[in-house]
Amino acid sequence: MPNELTNIVVAGLGGQGILSATDIVAEAALRAGHEVKKSEIKGMSQRGGSVTSDVRFGRQVLSPMVPAGEADYLLVLAADQVPAYRHLLRLGGTLLTPEAVDPNQLANRKALNVALLGCLSAHLNIAAEHWLAALRANFPESFFDANRQAFELGRQSQQKTATT
Amino acid sequence: MSESERRLLSGDEAIALAAYHAGVALGAGYPGTPSTEILEYFSELGGPARWSPNEKVALEVALGAAFGGARALATMKHVGLNVAADPLFTAAYTGVVGALVVVSADDPGMASSQNEQDNRHYARAAGVPMLEPSDSQEAYDFTLAALELSERWGLPVLLRATTRVCHSKTIVRPGPPRGPAKPPHFEHNIRGRVMIPANARPAHRRLRQKLAEIQAWNETSSFNRLTPGSPSLGIITSGISFAHAREAAPDASVLKLEMTYPLPLGKIAQFVRSVQRCVVIEEGDPYLVDSIRAAGLAVEGKPEMYRFGELDVARVRRILQRDTSPEPAPPPGKPPQLCEGCQYRQVFECLRKKDCIVAGDIGCYTLGVLPPFEAMDSCVCMGASVGVGLGLRHVLPPAEARRVVSVIGDSTFVHGGITGLVEMVYNPPPTGHVLIILDNLTTAMTGHQEHPATGRKLNHEPTTRLVLEDLARAVGVKRVHVVEPRAGSSEFEQVLEECLASGELAVIIARRPCLLIVKRLRELERCETEQKSSHAQ
Repeated sequence: MPNELTNIVVAGLGGQGILSATDIVAEAALRAGHEVKKSEIKGMSQRGGSVTSDVRFGRQVLSPMVPAGEADYLLVLAADQVPAYRHLLRLGGTLLTPEAVDPNQLANRKALNVALLGCLSAHLNIAAEHWLAALRANFPESFFDANRQAFELGRQSQQKTATT
Repeated sequence: MSESERRLLSGDEAIALAAYHAGVALGAGYPGTPSTEILEYFSELGGPARWSPNEKVALEVALGAAFGGARALATMKHVGLNVAADPLFTAAYTGVVGALVVVSADDPGMASSQNEQDNRHYARAAGVPMLEPSDSQEAYDFTLAALELSERWGLPVLLRATTRVCHSKTIVRPGPPRGPAKPPHFEHNIRGRVMIPANARPAHRRLRQKLAEIQAWNETSSFNRLTPGSPSLGIITSGISFAHAREAAPDASVLKLEMTYPLPLGKIAQFVRSVQRCVVIEEGDPYLVDSIRAAGLAVEGKPEMYRFGELDVARVRRILQRDTSPEPAPPPGKPPQLCEGCQYRQVFECLRKKDCIVAGDIGCYTLGVLPPFEAMDSCVCMGASVGVGLGLRHVLPPAEARRVVSVIGDSTFVHGGITGLVEMVYNPPPTGHVLIILDNLTTAMTGHQEHPATGRKLNHEPTTRLVLEDLARAVGVKRVHVVEPRAGSSEFEQVLEECLASGELAVIIARRPCLLIVKRLRELERCETEQKSSHAQ
């Protein structure tokens, strides 16, 4: 198995669920049997400032931080923050923004972070069961149905993109 | 729990889990990013954890526990160890009979701190052994090792982590729980623990003797791992820099120093001789490179520009290439701000309107310095608002002096402001002074921890509440006002005006719960009322 390191950065503003999003990616990758590292800067995250969090997984992960310009996937939860983070993405990397999902179709609008994880999941080789298990483990049980709906919505949006 | 279980834990969680597995009988600290989660997680696991009023008290409580033969843990952020430095230096002389591990969580790059001091200097300055984990597995393993080393050598041990270790999650395979060897028990040792000069002089010699023994032991200890590689490039590193260095230079030979005080200089010398070029990769100050050079070894350090901020893979590549060209500046993100609806907005609007000279302090409310308020003129360390405000009042011409106010949060006031308040009453400025305590009933900045004036312990259980207004009156302040700043009310502004005009000493407590804890407070109060009524029956 070659060490195909996957580099993911999730960015946005405090309160958007960035840190729980990377918790879920990291746990799904862990459940899929990968070596995983996750990093975050959250000192002032609750005061609406910029927040970023990195997840890296593969056979061997060294630094927990994704070097600038080496992100394979960049999820930006606040559309107006894209210019601040675009430099993190590698050439040919995938940018995922809230435009990928229709907020009116979300059972719970706060689940935008999970919808974008659904988008991301369509690109990664991690079985859906691991994603769902991670969603279940990281949120209260009462949120699970809304989260699953958001996740599926995001996942399907990418499959449509891929076939068109 | 099976030994092969893989768990994704932050460095903080791993430290807490190890402390729990090791049977730590007392964990004390004061909240501070990036250390806060250690005691919170330790408490969640069922460990006896407490917030102390400040780090000095936390370390003293932990030291007492270790004098009693227990395993104790004191946690704090890097600047917290400045506050706790006094007991640390002399605890190195007294030593301990149980275990005392002091966690210093440093914040290179200042994600949420007022400076980026490098606390590795404290290990050398105080003369206590230091371990530096580079990921969560090591945070777990080294916490256990630190407790055992502390017991073995009878010394406090510094476990020094950094933001990227504390707040990164990596895989941990925890071992089985293994408690302390013996239960707490007190043995008199007057000469060993009563540091009058006659006892302290031999104690200092004992400390240096122990450190010499530990240094010799560390030469062949299981710490300090060698990753063999090309002899053309050798890297000496420690902590998180190890991960960056391995990624930046996968072919290099790497000596990762894990016990970084006292340094295994023999082992380092051998490594330096085995490679053609030897570069020391370390975040922050040139602690390792200076120590290694002082031992007469020729090693390359990093250019001065890399002293500032965190290291990462790209910066390590640049260091190895001796690249000192300007680094690309990342596009600006959005700065944090006071929450919409935060009661402190009104306070800072008033202070701005009145053109006050504001000696500020550490907490959420430091954000009052940013637009649109820009109503803060200094922020130095926990509690400094009081003393700095008084100093300004003493020397400024009266017209300016009368505009000076000190602004401090509730938790920060308890931490470091009380002695400032005593100073205010003891040496009152001729124009009087106004101290505003922003009381939102929580330690908001670090994630809403309890403190003595909330009347609740770390785990939110009720305890005796420190009543700030009673305290202010008790130290001798005559003008003490408790005001609730709220939209549509000019009460705060009126009280402030009155106090500023009085020329007397005044304390204004601006009290209203942080809006982010209102729901939790209601829930806690409901539970407490239910408990009280069930006791009454």
